[in-house]
Amino acid sequence: MEIETAAVDFEPIFALDGKLKLQSQVELAGTECAYQTYGTLNADRSNAIMICHGLTGDQYVAGTNPLTGRAGWWNHVVGPGLVLDTDRYFVICTNVLGGCLGTTGPSTINPDTGQPWNMDFPVFTVADMVDLQVHLIDALGIDQLFAVIGASMGGMMALDWAVRHSERVFASIPVAASWRHTAQNIAFHEVGRRAITADADWHDGAYRGLGVKPEKGLAAARMVAHITYLSETAFQEKFGRELPRDSKLSFVLDPEFEVERYLDHQGKTFVQRFDAASYMYLTRAMDYFDLAARHDGDLAAVFKGVGTRFLLVSFTSDWLFPTAESRTIVRALNANAADVSFIEIPADYGHDSFLIESATDFHDVLEGFLDGSARRRGLKP
Amino acid sequence: MSQSAPRRADLRLIAELVTRGGRVLDVGCGDGTLLETLETEKQVKGQGIEIRNNRVEACMRRGLTVIQGDADTDLPDFPDRAFDYVILSQALQNMHRPREVLDQLLRIGQRAIVSFPNLGHWRARLTLLWRGRMPIVETNGMPRSWYDTPNIHLCTIRDFLLMCETLGITVEEGHAVGRDGSLRRLGAGTAWETLWTHQAVYVLTRSGRPASGG
Repeated sequence: MEIETAAVDFEPIFALDGKLKLQSQVELAGTECAYQTYGTLNADRSNAIMICHGLTGDQYVAGTNPLTGRAGWWNHVVGPGLVLDTDRYFVICTNVLGGCLGTTGPSTINPDTGQPWNMDFPVFTVADMVDLQVHLIDALGIDQLFAVIGASMGGMMALDWAVRHSERVFASIPVAASWRHTAQNIAFHEVGRRAITADADWHDGAYRGLGVKPEKGLAAARMVAHITYLSETAFQEKFGRELPRDSKLSFVLDPEFEVERYLDHQGKTFVQRFDAASYMYLTRAMDYFDLAARHDGDLAAVFKGVGTRFLLVSFTSDWLFPTAESRTIVRALNANAADVSFIEIPADYGHDSFLIESATDFHDVLEGFLDGSARRRGLKP
Repeated sequence: MSQSAPRRADLRLIAELVTRGGRVLDVGCGDGTLLETLETEKQVKGQGIEIRNNRVEACMRRGLTVIQGDADTDLPDFPDRAFDYVILSQALQNMHRPREVLDQLLRIGQRAIVSFPNLGHWRARLTLLWRGRMPIVETNGMPRSWYDTPNIHLCTIRDFLLMCETLGITVEEGHAVGRDGSLRRLGAGTAWETLWTHQAVYVLTRSGRPASGG
């Protein structure tokens, strides 16, 4: 089944007045940001929670995703009476800058040329994604977010929010995150990008209008990435060395093991909902992320004067953004006697544990932290 | 979770010793009972450090600020005088390096409140002297044998006071907590006090030499 993004209505869309100034000093005109909201903004506009999605996530956290027809990626967390209780909080999630679900990115039209940006789109950073969100909350009349929460790339955004816009975030919750992309993280991304550019249908990123897409390359990129999102245990328990049907080796080189077929499926479904050029840019933005870079590697200096309250969460089996990364952030925050909580949740699933419905320990911790923060912020129950 | 009478009395006493509205770090905060009491009754800005995951989770469920961490290694991260009080309640004996930890407590806090079981108590002495057995010190209300106790550095109140002296730490006040939860003021740690004190709670400050740094 081919899903046509063009057929989907991504409303509401926020159109930025003026230009978005990027970290690269490029000024981007005509920037639009697709977003979804859940719940109601209260009278003093103090109950807003911004969710920052991961690399290939989107703004459809709850309800039905119009693109895939499936439930939102955090449907078990966001909703009435749930952890992010929409009877209490006003939840916002945007499609990040450079994404491919309604927000300006390589697949949208360059106003100067009337053609898709493709590879002419400027390289942007995690900070740029956050700045677009800042413009959105300005437009919504929100002075301070009650909380920013994000996992993985979203966790980088939650950190960036707290560091560069501290006064506009009461509480920041970076989950399964890191203060910088490691060499290993960058290496995996580069393999993904290489798979895309090696696809004959890539056409230097100008495949739009040619009736082709670098689907094989993008699928391979997704397959590699997906391995990094799960733990060895998760793979072993889920697939082991299982073979379909009669459990006999077929003596062929085609995908045969269950795990191969699973990855193949992951790749194929991914290319239906994601754009290869967006994937190139977004992985690059993550690679560029290094909170300490502006302070010559001194992470403690980064958090000086930051008044935001923090909760950091890591998962025991996450080897992509391991606990040590979160701990380094905690130590830097402690060096500033900041208001910080941290827990390493026992979970077998790997980096993607934050997405799992059965991660009840994680959900309990989130709920407790939000309750405690609401008390401190003076939010009514 | 049931708590023994001396444990409850220990926490109650500490809650009374802490002044209102200050910044408090509870090292080895367990399930957060003390922190919660301090936040609701004394309006402190509290933070906890706890090593065991399920306890950290319990604290978080209560909406407390807590870090899953290790007092033996994480205290040097904090800046000097970051807290008005640093509390080490019934955890000194679990530390790998109690001397360094105590030193850190008084670097990062204006004051430290430390409570611990006194192995100089007559019962402990009698157990060793007459029965030839290691005295058993309750941990979270559970009597644990020598081979499965987390208590690796037990001491008497005289040992403790001697260490404070060595580290240039001043004892502001001391209290004895009895097995029945009764309270009594402690003085200079005489032989008599050492014999009759079940558990001790000391308020410490550093007036002598400056903080040693990280």
